[in-house]
Amino acid sequence: MFNNIVEIVVNHWPDFLEGVGMTLLMAMIAMSLGTFFGTILAFLKVYSNKFVVSIVSGFIEIIRGTPMLVQIFIFYFGLPVYGIRMTAFGACILGFIINSSAYQAEYTRGAIQSIEQNQMTAARSLGMTRNQSIFSVILPQTIKRAIPAWTNEFIYLLKYTSLAYIVGAEELMEKAKVIASRNFLFLKIGKETGNSWYGNRQIKKIASKQKLKKLLKKKEKLKNMKKVA
Amino acid sequence: MSENKHILRVENLRKSFGDNVVLKDVSFTMDKGETKVIIGPSGTGKSTLLTCINQLVKPDSGTIYLKDINVTKAEEMNKIRARIGFVFQDFGLFSHLTAMRNVMIGPVKVQKMNKEDAKNLAYEELKRVGLLEHADKYPAQLSGGQKQRVGIARALAMQPELILFDEPTSALDPELIGEVLAVMKDLADNKMTMLIVTHEMGFARTVSDEIIFMEDGVIVEQGTPEKLFKNPEHKRTGEFLFKLTELYGEGDE
Repeated sequence: MFNNIVEIVVNHWPDFLEGVGMTLLMAMIAMSLGTFFGTILAFLKVYSNKFVVSIVSGFIEIIRGTPMLVQIFIFYFGLPVYGIRMTAFGACILGFIINSSAYQAEYTRGAIQSIEQNQMTAARSLGMTRNQSIFSVILPQTIKRAIPAWTNEFIYLLKYTSLAYIVGAEELMEKAKVIASRNFLFLKIGKETGNSWYGNRQIKKIASKQKLKKLLKKKEKLKNMKKVA
Repeated sequence: MSENKHILRVENLRKSFGDNVVLKDVSFTMDKGETKVIIGPSGTGKSTLLTCINQLVKPDSGTIYLKDINVTKAEEMNKIRARIGFVFQDFGLFSHLTAMRNVMIGPVKVQKMNKEDAKNLAYEELKRVGLLEHADKYPAQLSGGQKQRVGIARALAMQPELILFDEPTSALDPELIGEVLAVMKDLADNKMTMLIVTHEMGFARTVSDEIIFMEDGVIVEQGTPEKLFKNPEHKRTGEFLFKLTELYGEGDE
């Protein structure tokens, strides 16, 4: 068994490597943009008016309250209905970024609120504006405190990229699936990935049927509207 | 015009938090180079009074003048805050910055001074409070007394017209109080205008030009330390000063 695994790795290492590369790339893009937007959301949630706070909170709750898989499906299969088409890679990345920013917004909000009130007071007493105080005093300290949570987030992201295989982006899981399905010795994974692949195809079929139906409906609506006009 | 010679003029200041009336009609003035000490029991609005002066807390009514500018109606409050130093009981040092950068940040960010000049200025101010050798340390690496001296240097770097001290030694170990008071005494000797809330009776007695005794949101009595300690008009002033002196001693300052 062990020999077989070694053999598989030796024979297919370029594929694995490519998958690892893709996984890392996805995680890194999602992490950096997720951090960027997450930090903005967090500061908006702490320092802006009630209206903005409720919008930001609503967004965060929706994203955190729904499975990432569903979100990726919406981006990949749902958005084309509205004329926004993206590659499997794009849809996944978008899903990861949005998800990560929602989660990170909460980590960072916690970090901001853990900073002693006197830091802001001291900054304002020197004559700094609110924005100066936020950028020069609060933000640097927030980053320091949020780092442990960020490392967690990066690990999650690395693993969540495996969701990408469902829409067919060629990350590590997808590669493993391909390799395993070619290799009878790797029976169990072969079977599972095969199933997933099959499931995936079915979902794609259903989704595209759904898409077609929606498109037809839209056309009809447009026609009706034109008639009315 | 005669009123304008005051650096600070507080008139009929009132402030309440909910039902709790903290300041009831407080008025006093400060002249250039004066050191005034505010004393009084806890919860009588001493700290609130200081934070009202630089508008970190908005008073409900009353007016505050910094020279001839009405602070309570000022539109560019940040510019006015830059002219009023503030030293906090809990130091309020920026924990991600070294002592040097704590002192530099005000001139750089608020007065747009270039970094080189700000560094030289911070160097001078740290030297003034005797902390030059600790310039590159972070607040967490400093003792309480050192932190408070950095706090004072940070206020000084803004070249303020007035410095407000909110119980600057209350969070310090007894043996560290002296070094902070020594810096403050030095400032008083150099005619810095200072308004100080403190329980340090020795300091109040020997350094201040005038003591303001506050209780329940009003100024009960104000006058020279000599008068308040030896011959107070109000019985309550005498009682309070006696208690404080008993508690904290007369100090050696």
